[in-house]
Amino acid sequence: MTDRRQDDMSTVDSATPDASRRAFLKGGAAAAAVVTLAPGVTLYATGADAAVTGPATSAKRWGMLIDANADAGVWDVAVAACQKEQGWGGGENPATDPQWIRKVTVKNPKTGATANMPVMCQHCDEPPCVDVCPTGASMKRADGIVLVDKHICIGCRFCMMACPYAARSFVHEPVQGQKPHMPRGKGTVEACTMCVHRVDRGQQPACVEALAASGSTAMMFGDLNDPNSDISRAVSKYVTQRIRADLNVGPGIHYRGI
Amino acid sequence: MRSASRILSLAVLAFAIVSLGFGGGSASPAHAGEVPLPNPAKAFKGTQCVEPTDVMRRNHMSFLKHQRDETLREGIRGQKYSLNECIDCHAVTSPDVAGGKVRTLKPFCKECHDYAAVSIDCFSCHTGAAVPGIGKTSELPADHAEKALTAALEKHLDAGARAQ
Repeated sequence: MTDRRQDDMSTVDSATPDASRRAFLKGGAAAAAVVTLAPGVTLYATGADAAVTGPATSAKRWGMLIDANADAGVWDVAVAACQKEQGWGGGENPATDPQWIRKVTVKNPKTGATANMPVMCQHCDEPPCVDVCPTGASMKRADGIVLVDKHICIGCRFCMMACPYAARSFVHEPVQGQKPHMPRGKGTVEACTMCVHRVDRGQQPACVEALAASGSTAMMFGDLNDPNSDISRAVSKYVTQRIRADLNVGPGIHYRGI
Repeated sequence: MRSASRILSLAVLAFAIVSLGFGGGSASPAHAGEVPLPNPAKAFKGTQCVEPTDVMRRNHMSFLKHQRDETLREGIRGQKYSLNECIDCHAVTSPDVAGGKVRTLKPFCKECHDYAAVSIDCFSCHTGAAVPGIGKTSELPADHAEKALTAALEKHLDAGARAQ
């Protein structure tokens, strides 16, 4: 809660108690947000405020656990779900078209063992893309999600050069038919947003949800800071790896079986 | 002398009536030959905007700019101002966009921005197209079609009147 919004709520609560009470009765208890400022001091916010999310805080650290032992076919499902949700793909220039998530096959040359896995923005703790951005467009939210603020992105592509995972893409062609939640435009850099618009609403990223719907548990999303979350339990139970852990950028995406 | 001034005033009155009757209200002689005043379409919903009209006219850009940073950088969503809510109420069909098959915000914004020589980049990334569920109350009112038709006719007549 920001100070400003707390002020708003306290104004509603104290200055117009009747209006606030009526709104509360009309909206019902379900539509009301309750904020406890201190023991015994409780504010009730009604109406539009109940639907307001955020701000994102560092109490959460969103991350994913990806099981590379899963059947290789599931990663195509994940890529397709991302394209559908965010509206990328289907371009005519595969070499330069934006690619938010891709299926990668790795092979151990000595043993011949192969593994398939999806690679996208790894949502680093110390993102090199943020370090190099000259305008501040490349940024990390308090909850660990790394985003591009396309309002101030100048398309210099330093972040693409800095990213060890080649996770970011430059939009070379004019874009049509963007999704309302994901504006995209020529001349800016873009990457996986960990479906931030869904996460803020309390949903799972589209790729994770699509895999779950297809009966696969190969992708897991959750709060790495919460020791009781499914993902934290899994990360503490299994041996997991992060790609290029030697770079010490602290990716939020964990992998099993590579 | 007296009768001459009376005749003159009658002539002025007659001219005023004629110009009102044929030229319409907006084509007053003071604006003749100038760039026509902007005439943005009424909101489809016909309901009250989040702020009074004069406040929105002057400050909409500040509201949107301030809140876009909060939304993107802090994840604060669902606040009072929202481009998607603008689209929900103000998106209109225009022959210039997808052959008039899609409701978009572009023609609404363009009306005043062209007049004021403002060039903004919002719609190189945001579609501005209305899709079901884009706003909190995206269902259109029952009399939406009639209202839209009336608004389009009024605008057409007004444009014709201004052209005279």
